[in-house]
Amino acid sequence: MKGDSIIHFEGVTKRYGKVVAVDNVSLEVKEGEFFALLGPSGCGKTTLLRMLAGFEVPSEGRIFIDGEDVTLVPPNRRPVNMVFQNYAVFPHMSVADNVAYGLKVDGVHAADRARRVEEALALVKLDGLGGRKPDQLSGGQRQRVALARALVKRPRVLLLDEPLSALDAKLREAMRTELCQLQAQVGITFVMVTHDQDEALALADRCAVMQRGLLQQVASPSDLYEFPASRFVADFIGSVNLLEGQLVVDEPDHAEVAVAGVDQPVFIDHGVTGAAGTTLWLALRPEKIELHKWADAPPHPGDAPPGRNVVAGTITHVAYLGSESLYEVTLADGQRLKALRSNLTRWDQEDFALGETVWLAWHACSPAVLLT
Amino acid sequence: MRGPLDYLGRWPLRLWLGLVGLFLYLPLVALVAFSFNDSRRTTVWRGFSLTWYRELFADTELLTAFGNSLVIAAASTLISLILGTAAALLLWRFRFAGKAALEAALGLPIVVPEICLGVAFLVFFTAIVPWPGELPWPFSLGAIIIAHTTFSFSFVALVVRARLAGFDGALAEAARDLGASEWRIFRDIMVPHLVPGLVAGALLAFTLSLDDFVITFFTSGPDTITFPIKVYSMVRFSVTPAVNAASTLLILLTAALTALALWLQGADIAKQAA
Repeated sequence: MKGDSIIHFEGVTKRYGKVVAVDNVSLEVKEGEFFALLGPSGCGKTTLLRMLAGFEVPSEGRIFIDGEDVTLVPPNRRPVNMVFQNYAVFPHMSVADNVAYGLKVDGVHAADRARRVEEALALVKLDGLGGRKPDQLSGGQRQRVALARALVKRPRVLLLDEPLSALDAKLREAMRTELCQLQAQVGITFVMVTHDQDEALALADRCAVMQRGLLQQVASPSDLYEFPASRFVADFIGSVNLLEGQLVVDEPDHAEVAVAGVDQPVFIDHGVTGAAGTTLWLALRPEKIELHKWADAPPHPGDAPPGRNVVAGTITHVAYLGSESLYEVTLADGQRLKALRSNLTRWDQEDFALGETVWLAWHACSPAVLLT
Repeated sequence: MRGPLDYLGRWPLRLWLGLVGLFLYLPLVALVAFSFNDSRRTTVWRGFSLTWYRELFADTELLTAFGNSLVIAAASTLISLILGTAAALLLWRFRFAGKAALEAALGLPIVVPEICLGVAFLVFFTAIVPWPGELPWPFSLGAIIIAHTTFSFSFVALVVRARLAGFDGALAEAARDLGASEWRIFRDIMVPHLVPGLVAGALLAFTLSLDDFVITFFTSGPDTITFPIKVYSMVRFSVTPAVNAASTLLILLTAALTALALWLQGADIAKQAA
């Protein structure tokens, strides 16, 4: 059933000597979802995937697939198949033989095999190329072979190890869309490992963010972006301004945080459970900061008391990105904030030039309040 | 700018190349030419004749020696191919105590002077483990086969090990992921990758065995004469063009084998390109 748990990691730890690669990870993946393991290199995401495939055995904890304990089951007897980072297409076999290999090993009848290989090749749009050798294919085509080879076995879960990292930018874009369509078409649970946050946000239904072997947060892409659980997640996903401050007012319906360099305490439209004076961090995304001209009256974000969440600064750097511009604004105390602004008219970049003094403003609901 | 091969267009280099070729191959050409000489003396050309080849094929002792050589070469090649590949796989796949020592020992038969190995085998097969002399042919050749295997297996192991170094471990993992057992991974994925190394190793082992003299000299008995030993004894009695004829046949055989190996590999490459 879609939505039921299909993979379950229960307190999984993997040690290599004294190095802890995966540290007590408990995680559930649901049937039919596109799940991404995201994190910087060396965070343990690949080790976790390899444990799911069976290439590594956990030092502690258990792994269940479909409720069955597979912790010690060898890779050739697991209902999962993997698309390797560099595809690992067998160089001495034709495309069709590559795709047929898993079925052949399983003893599937020749006629049935040929039909299923045909179908799998059609699925990844390689029909008619079955007779080719891998060295006659482009990188993108080799990846399709690897996909067909894994999908033809109708696994319960398809594992993808950095599936798009070896492709060039244009192809990566196209392949993203295709992977999504493919997943919807076959309805198989996909688990992908990636270090590329854009890739994870664009493809996955849910992501697990890892750091130094620890699971940091498991959430949908939008929740990861808008409601990060820690400074690490906020910083790793997208771009962010992190403001350190002290809690001064904490009411059920609002809170105020004193931030150095900002004249009045920052107004937040929800309560924070914490003692007065607690140190916390505000994660403010650049696109959530409005830029206003100094010549105009100080702006008012609307949902905060007048004069709150408005601060003056000087533009010290402008990166013109075409559709938008990224401004670096230095506050009176030297603190620098990034603000992203859509270029709504063709003259915008002239309005906000280097060295100009501007107002920065943000809504009371915009900053994410982080305790760690 | 000139490409590296463009320099061959200059006459001094061409001349040099010609001289080197002459130096290397003139003795062989002379040997082959004089095998067709219609004279008992090997130094004066008296006209074309196949006399010596006729004599050669009438010489049952020489034919027996030639047969022995082929059997020894084939058997020692087969054994060293299996042992050498196994040793190479062991060193590639596993980590264990004494691995470095084993790796060093593997090259030993190649660097130890042949004469020492020969004497060692002589002592070994006469004093320590006497090889029974009355075994029926081809088992009587056992001592020589074992001796040849000890050195040619090192060559096979080194060649296969070099080939294994270029093997992508992800391919084995991919096969395993698709359901293959260890044995099927070896058969379906590793062996096809190793084929060029196996062919090269087998060719080395076969030719090394075929023309080995020193080690064979110490391990052969009166009933187990090989071709090089027989040729040597013929030269000791008298240098006749029959020796030339015999050598010509040996050259022809090794050239044919090399050509066959090259053709096999060429066919493989052509198939991949098709």
